[in-house]
Amino acid sequence: MSLFTEFTIFVLAIFVGFEVISKVPTTLHTPLMSQTNAIHGIVMLGGLIVLGYAGDGLEYVIGTIAVAFGAINIVGGFLVTDRMLGMFAKKPKPQVSPASSASRPGAVDKDEDKGEGSGK
Amino acid sequence: MISLAVLPPGGDAATALYIVSFSLFILGLKQGTHPTTAKRGNMIAAVGMAVAVVTTLLLDGMGNWGLIAIGLAIGSAVGAYASIRVKMTEMPQMVALYNGVGGGAVALIAWSEIRHGIHLGGAMPLQELIPTLLAGIIGSVSFWGSNIAFAKLQDLIPTRPLGVPGQQFINAILGIGVIVLAVIIAINNDPPSQGLFILILIAAAILGNLVVLPIGGADMPVVISMLNAFTGLSAAAAGFALDNVALIVAGTLVGSSGTILTMEMATAMNRSVGNILFSGFGGAPAAVAGSGEQRPVTSIGAQDAAIKLAYADNVVIVPGYGLAVAQAQHAVKEMANQLEARGVTVNYAIHPVAGRMPGHMNVLLAEADVPYENLKEMDEINPEMPRVDVAVVIGANDVTNPAAKNDPNSPIAGMPIIEVSEANEVIVIKRSLSTGFAGIDNDLFYEPNTSMLFADAKAAASEIAAEIEQL
Repeated sequence: MSLFTEFTIFVLAIFVGFEVISKVPTTLHTPLMSQTNAIHGIVMLGGLIVLGYAGDGLEYVIGTIAVAFGAINIVGGFLVTDRMLGMFAKKPKPQVSPASSASRPGAVDKDEDKGEGSGK
Repeated sequence: MISLAVLPPGGDAATALYIVSFSLFILGLKQGTHPTTAKRGNMIAAVGMAVAVVTTLLLDGMGNWGLIAIGLAIGSAVGAYASIRVKMTEMPQMVALYNGVGGGAVALIAWSEIRHGIHLGGAMPLQELIPTLLAGIIGSVSFWGSNIAFAKLQDLIPTRPLGVPGQQFINAILGIGVIVLAVIIAINNDPPSQGLFILILIAAAILGNLVVLPIGGADMPVVISMLNAFTGLSAAAAGFALDNVALIVAGTLVGSSGTILTMEMATAMNRSVGNILFSGFGGAPAAVAGSGEQRPVTSIGAQDAAIKLAYADNVVIVPGYGLAVAQAQHAVKEMANQLEARGVTVNYAIHPVAGRMPGHMNVLLAEADVPYENLKEMDEINPEMPRVDVAVVIGANDVTNPAAKNDPNSPIAGMPIIEVSEANEVIVIKRSLSTGFAGIDNDLFYEPNTSMLFADAKAAASEIAAEIEQL
C-alpha cells in the first residue's frame, strides 16, 4: 500500500473517530475508555507479525511480551467493558414496596413542609 | 515449523478481512452511544478483533506458534483475571495499566522492526523507518507515563505533584534529544542504528516519567485520557510501519477517542492541556487557602437532614470522588430509594470530573443500581437548580464552589460548576471544612441556605436513610 493511500485512510479515520466518539454520552465515557483499550489490543497483530520473523532469543522474548501485552488489552478490555455495561443495562430496581410507602403519613404532609423549604 | 500460510501478507484477502474488522470496530463504537445498545456494541467490536487476529494468524510467514500460544495464554489469563477482580473504584488504575501495556507493546514491536530492518540488510525505507521511530517514542512515553499514573492512582507513590528543579528545562532537553536521535537514525539508515534506537526508548521513558510525576491527583482524568490518545497514535504509527490497515484505523479511532476525552476534561476544569501538563497544579495544597477568618456555618444532624429531604419534592444528589472513597454509593442509593418511596424525585448531578477518569462517577452509581436516566450532566441540571428543593453534596467540593462563578481572582475562576447554591437548600455531607484539590475555601459552606452535616459519607447516608424510614 502506498504511503499516500495509508495517509488517506488515516485522515478519514480521524474524521470518523471524532464523528462517532463525540456522540458517546458522558455516562458511558469510562466504558468507552476500556473499550478503546481493548481495540488498542489490535497491536497484538504487530506482535504476531514480528514474532513471525523473529530470529534470535531477544526477538523471541520481545515478540512474546508484545503478544502478551496485546492479549491483556484485548481480553481484559472487552471483558471489563462488558462487565461495566452490564451494570448500565440492569433494569431499575423495583422501588420499596408501594404498600409500605402508602401507609406512611409523610406522603400527605409533604406539601406543607415543602413550602417552608423553598421559602428559605 | 508448521505454518497455516493461507493468506499472503498485504494480499487482497487479508486486506478485505482487515476492512471487515475495522468496520466492526466502528459499528461497535457507534452502538456505544446509548447505554441500552453499548453492550452489544462491545460484542461487535470483539468480533471485529477476533476477525483481525484470525486473519493475522493465517498470514504467510507466521511462525513460532509455541511462543504465540504462551503469549496469548499469559496475556489472556492476566487480562481475564484483572477484569473480573477489579473494583469499579479502581477502574482508573486499570485503564492506566491497559494504556501502559498497550504503549509498551508498540514500543517493543518498533524495536523488533528496527532489528528486522538490520537483519534484512541495506537501508530501511524511510516510509517504514519514520513511523517505526514514532511508534517507539510514543509507545515508550505512554508505557512509562501510564505506569506512573497507575502508581499515583494506586497510592504507591504520592499523588501530589512531584517535581525536580528545572524540570521544564530537562523535559525540553529530553524531547529535543529524542527528536535529534531520531533524525540521526533516519539519515544514517543504512542500516539503522539499534544502539541509538534503544537510547531513544530510554530517553522517551525518562520523559514519560518526568511528564506525569509532577501532575497532581485531581488532574488524573486528563492524564489518563491523554495517555489513551497517545497509545492510539502509537498503534497507528505501528500500522504505518507494518503496512497494516487494521492497525492504522483502530489506532486512529483510539487516538480520536482519547483526544476528545482529553479536551472535554480540560474544558471541565477550565484549563488548557498545556497548563495541566506543565504547571503541577492539581493536588497542590496551594498557599491560597482562605482568608483565615472564621466564618459561621450551619451544622445539622442526620435527623434534620432526613426531615428536609423527606418533605422535599425534588432532590438532587451531587456526588464527588469522596463518595467513592467512602464506598458510599450503595448507602446513597438506599437513601434515594427511601426518598423515592415517599414520592420525592431524586436525580444525580454529575460533574465531568467527579471521579478519577471520564465518566467514572456514572459507573460507580450504575454499579449501585442507579438508573442511568437519573444521572444528569452538568449542563442539563444547572438550569433546573432553582427549582430544586434540596441539593445534597456528598464528597464533592471544588466542583460546587460558587467562587468559580463569582470571584474572578479565584484559582478556579471560570471552571464550570454544578450550581447547587441556586437550589433552595443545600446539605453538604463532609467530614470537615477542609479544602478540596484546589486548596481553596468553598464559599458554598458559608452560604445561609447551606447546612453542613459533618460525617463520613457512607455513615451519614445510611443514617439519613434510616431516619427517613422512621418518619
